[in-house]
Amino acid sequence: MEYNWNWSVLFEEQYLNWLISGLGWTIAVALCAWVIAIVLGALIGVGKTVPNRAIRIFCATYVEIFRNVPLLVQMFIWYFAVPEMVPDDWGRWMKRDMPNPEFVTAVVALGLYTASRIAEQVRAGIETVPTGLKDAATSQGMTVAQSYRYILLPISFRMIVPPLTSEFLTVFKNSSLALTIGLLELTAQSQQIAEYTFQGFEAFTAATVIYVCIALIATLLMQVLEKYTRIPGFVGKEA
Amino acid sequence: MSDFDIDVIWNALPFLWQGLQLSLWLTFLSIIGGVVLGTLLALARLSGIGPLAFVAATYVNLIRSVPLILVIFWFFFLVPLAIGRPIGSFYSALIAFVLFEAAYYSEIMRAGIQSVRRGQVHAGQSTGLNYWQIQRYVVLPQAFRNMIPILVTQGIILFQDTSLVFVVSLRDFMTASSIVARTEGRLVEMYLFAAVVYFIICFSGSMLVRSLKSRMAT
Repeated sequence: MEYNWNWSVLFEEQYLNWLISGLGWTIAVALCAWVIAIVLGALIGVGKTVPNRAIRIFCATYVEIFRNVPLLVQMFIWYFAVPEMVPDDWGRWMKRDMPNPEFVTAVVALGLYTASRIAEQVRAGIETVPTGLKDAATSQGMTVAQSYRYILLPISFRMIVPPLTSEFLTVFKNSSLALTIGLLELTAQSQQIAEYTFQGFEAFTAATVIYVCIALIATLLMQVLEKYTRIPGFVGKEA
Repeated sequence: MSDFDIDVIWNALPFLWQGLQLSLWLTFLSIIGGVVLGTLLALARLSGIGPLAFVAATYVNLIRSVPLILVIFWFFFLVPLAIGRPIGSFYSALIAFVLFEAAYYSEIMRAGIQSVRRGQVHAGQSTGLNYWQIQRYVVLPQAFRNMIPILVTQGIILFQDTSLVFVVSLRDFMTASSIVARTEGRLVEMYLFAAVVYFIICFSGSMLVRSLKSRMAT
């Protein structure tokens, strides 16, 4: 194996700037998509458990569609197909006037996709609340909305924090798919450095180390959150 | 939307079918390789041999914190360098997928092995089986059985993941759809068609998982 090592290439101003700007886009896409995913995922997850049949079917359909089509295909549909499918004026706006089209599309695609995964966690969380609590709420004369507001949601949202940690890591990893529609995030920048300098080993190592750091920081943050949201006696019995 | 052209899909079907075959073949080989390597990693982590468990755990956690696309780029760069000659994008992709998915399969198999009761291992030991015999005849068959639904689910995810070979232009179903979309200028038709095909395959897979789960519950 012949290879000319040159780690200093990573600290040349141009390539260092590429890495930093790539990291910036990765974080921006992941966090914006995460906000969409949490809000929408919570709504749809709750929707899958409500008594109303129409809402349940709608939410279940959403989850099945977004979970069973690869994120790459979804990304392409939002970027290439949707502007052709909407009314002409909108399509023209999306193609010509929308600011940062790659960024906006990546956030929307990743957010809606991740929402389907979070919805499943939320639904599972609600279903693990002991039925006795739900019955107790009903027998107290609470309406459906009240039993969700005061009993089911406060408990289940606190119980699903641990599984959400891995979703939070996944959203950072999946943000790399934005490169397929031309957003120069971290993975794309490392690939570009590899092509410009022929120092693939150094470039990919840099990206790998940064992703590992992101994962470590995200895990630490979520552990702090887990500690604060743990319900005494409810979860963590095995610990 | 008014001029949706179904003919372009119809004419491209043989080309797309070749791509789909590549996707399925890559998925199949990666599942086999990923499960085998993943099981070995899980056994290493549970072996109680400090350094071995540490190496396996580090590998799994490292792979699980980087995106698959980066891993694909890594191996397209590394494999020809290590072997000294190009071996074709299919095999580079296959190596990347096996090594990547093994990390995820190892977590599934670790949970599966831990779900087998300790008494089973002790019974194996008391009948005079050695370590490999216990794994081979007692632990792993039960671990696999318990984990079948999750293994299939991971297989569906893996099938979706194979679409990412698009980034290295390996001609799978996704890349084939995209080639037709560009050359024919029919982006809407081709990408929606690709979505429908992926959906049908993956949704059937999830239905299979559901029926496996309910059969195992009884």
